[in-house]
Amino acid sequence: MNYVASDLKVVGTRPIRPDGVDKVTGRAVFAADTRAAGMLWGKIKRSPHAHARILSIDTSKAMALPGVKAVVTAADFPDIPSEEAFVGEGPMNFRDLALNVMARSKALYEGHAVAAVAATTQEIADRALELIDVQYEVLPFVIDVEAAMAPDAPVLHDDLFTAGVTPKPEKPSNIAKVVTFKKGDVEAGFKDAEVVVEGRYTTQPVHQAYIEPHACLASYQPDGQVTIHASSQGHFMVRAYTAKLLGMDMANIRVNPAEIGGGFGGKTLIYLEPVAVALSKKAGRPVKIQMTREEVFRGSGPTSGAWVEVKIGAKKDGTIVAAQQVLKFQAGAFPGSPIGPGCMCGFAMYDLPNVDVVGYDVVSNRPKVAAYRAPGAPITSFAVESAMDELARKLGMDPLALREKNAAKNGTKTHYGPVHQNIGFTAVLDAVKAHPHWKTPVKEGQGRGLAVGFWFNIGGESTATVHVNEDGSVTVATGSPDIGGSRASMGMMVAEVLGIDVARVKATVADTASIGFTHLTGGSRVTFATGMAATQAAEKVVDDLKKRAAATWEIPVEAVEWKDGKAYPAGSNAGAFEPLDLAALALKAARTGGPIVAEVSVNAQGAGAGFGAHICDVTVDKETGHVTIERYTAIQDVGRAIHPSYVEGQIQGGAAQGIGWALNEEYIYNTKGQMENPGFLDYRVPVASDVPMIEAVLVEVPNPRHPFGVRGVGEVPIVPPMAAIANAIKSATGVRMPNLPMSPPKVRAALDAAG
Amino acid sequence: MAKQHVTAVINGEETEFLCETQQTMLDVLRDVIGLTGSKEGCASGDCGACSVIVDGRLVCSCLMLGVEAEGKAITTIEGVADGETLHPVQQKFLEHAALQCGFCTPGLIVAAKALLDENPNPTETEARYWLAGNLCRCTGYDKVIRAVMDAAAVMRGEAAR
Repeated sequence: MNYVASDLKVVGTRPIRPDGVDKVTGRAVFAADTRAAGMLWGKIKRSPHAHARILSIDTSKAMALPGVKAVVTAADFPDIPSEEAFVGEGPMNFRDLALNVMARSKALYEGHAVAAVAATTQEIADRALELIDVQYEVLPFVIDVEAAMAPDAPVLHDDLFTAGVTPKPEKPSNIAKVVTFKKGDVEAGFKDAEVVVEGRYTTQPVHQAYIEPHACLASYQPDGQVTIHASSQGHFMVRAYTAKLLGMDMANIRVNPAEIGGGFGGKTLIYLEPVAVALSKKAGRPVKIQMTREEVFRGSGPTSGAWVEVKIGAKKDGTIVAAQQVLKFQAGAFPGSPIGPGCMCGFAMYDLPNVDVVGYDVVSNRPKVAAYRAPGAPITSFAVESAMDELARKLGMDPLALREKNAAKNGTKTHYGPVHQNIGFTAVLDAVKAHPHWKTPVKEGQGRGLAVGFWFNIGGESTATVHVNEDGSVTVATGSPDIGGSRASMGMMVAEVLGIDVARVKATVADTASIGFTHLTGGSRVTFATGMAATQAAEKVVDDLKKRAAATWEIPVEAVEWKDGKAYPAGSNAGAFEPLDLAALALKAARTGGPIVAEVSVNAQGAGAGFGAHICDVTVDKETGHVTIERYTAIQDVGRAIHPSYVEGQIQGGAAQGIGWALNEEYIYNTKGQMENPGFLDYRVPVASDVPMIEAVLVEVPNPRHPFGVRGVGEVPIVPPMAAIANAIKSATGVRMPNLPMSPPKVRAALDAAG
Repeated sequence: MAKQHVTAVINGEETEFLCETQQTMLDVLRDVIGLTGSKEGCASGDCGACSVIVDGRLVCSCLMLGVEAEGKAITTIEGVADGETLHPVQQKFLEHAALQCGFCTPGLIVAAKALLDENPNPTETEARYWLAGNLCRCTGYDKVIRAVMDAAAVMRGEAAR
């Protein structure tokens, strides 16, 4: 059924989330909060070198320390052959994943795991790490993307030959892949152009910086069965990867989805679980591992830093006739940067006749990148939206008008193939034009910037079960870890379909043994895909309830209608019966066919793409180079907001992360290739006093492929901020900042250089 | 070295515990006493997820030794509500959807309570600077600040609970 045009009673309201009280009282259980009888503490020894051959590992002294119960190295794990795995929002190879979890012959970045211990206390485990003697042959290393592409760069992998070029290169290199997209004839397009802008932009790797460090508790039983408590974006992902890396049957692994303390893409792969299982197996006791913040920075994936070149050509009226981009993305120590989306998302907002995009996926001696909120899109869009601002200036055109002139619409064919369908970009631009922020003149001394952003959003496999309990209350179970309030939206959609008070519905996240397969929480897919499964399961329950009412009344099921949580005889011909509500039907369940429950699994298609536009006013302190965000408005097509507060929260949170990416966040390396700022004091994410209120404006262009019109909302909001802020700085100072972060020293230097 | 015996009042209850001299108050709360509401986000006093109130003062429990608790009164997130009645800050966090993942939430709520205990009528700027020691990566702080300001109004009797 489709409810887009229906009069909705629950969807669009703002009830308190079902897991809320647990979280404001400290009762919610995250992985690090779990314990088990006889539990040991696991710790990981990490390479101090950016690039080194591991000559030997002597664990005997560590094993001899009283309290140490197990030590593992790569020798304790199967040597995994090369095999493509699909990891959340980007491709990865199982062999690389295994080597990232535990280095085998080479340490490829500072912080790369080389051994692990389990001991009775954390302190003993720490001492044992120091007693593990690893002999290294230190190798030349390379950190930056362009240096890694140089012909004489130290090569990380002897067997890495650039994919995507013919003929296959004769020599291995750090360029893992070349991606190209072409549409039309870009050369001819530039010949037609009357105005051309060109620019080179760089972005720094930034960490997802979830406040909860990675953690898990694993217990290996003598019969080979394993229980894992993990804080992850996908407990089915944890099960699959742990099974693969340890050569186990998935049926022998049960993963409990602990509450997750933020992920933003960074918890779509595993680091600790196979290690904890291996230690538990060896020690015969449960093992808990939790990373320190320093380990999170040194040993888990940020998103790529990048080098991006953009060239755009337009007619004098603003019509873009050619667009070109070259992107070089750092992948970290193993292939698999978000170069694909990087190549697709930059120009996806526009209807362009001639496009040429080339992207490079490049390895270097840094932690392997992980997905981070709209992976690749913020990077490519920083470059394109900065260039669009320059184009508007060169044309003497309003930046909003330039976007309106070239905006992608339904039917626009993208340069990477698909045709945009059911998109709401025009509605977003209309909302910008109508918004008081845009209409208010810029205050004296401030500058205003505008930028837009796009993300595909995904659907995919999800399972949901709806149980009508014996008293008529309802439990919804899904396989989607809830990071930002999705249990609330699941309960609301089910309550809407059943026609009951949302307080009578409780949603939960079921473990891997208790619900059908569900793809991880990522790609802004949960409210869309899992929501679709939950909605359909609720509809099946309604069908079942109607049948039971029909049987009770001995009338045909077609003569029963379901309304406001009750079965009614449909019209006077059906007979005169008192309506049966959920509680009455639940009470009689045993006599009308047994438990009332429905499970639905979907492979959801038609995730509506998302578009957003951000307006930002800044002040630049010319003495210090400090940028203050004075006003911030984020406008986005959200399809249909199930719980508007949590939709706004996604937008506000994404914008704040973008502000950090724009103004503060970066990895600082020393001359040995070691990270110098692996803590929140020196890697500064935005704090409350760094940001203003962020106004989130919800534009609702329903996605017809979802019963309630939902489209994903979590990722788009991190796409526009960097360019919006850069464009505002340009407007305030006349200076273009092409390199992130636009931190005070860099802004100050740019202002000085401009005189 | 032998473990130290410590007596403190934790969430209103006299509590005895044994701890190593080097153990932090956060580790004592989480691993010795079993109060896991206080979270470790950094163990260096930068994120505020482990915030507790010690004799009326807001403290990162990861920067305090367990032995320093001797004779002190400590309030953790588990002690903020009055039985079944949530503290106004907790209630407003729920109503304003001021949490997403919920990991930083205990520390933010303890810190906000400490703010309002000291300053019942903070400006938005004062609230933002007071809470600048509590990192939240999910919300962008907008709804957090609204919840705290609204809770302050409730506690002053100017707004409905």
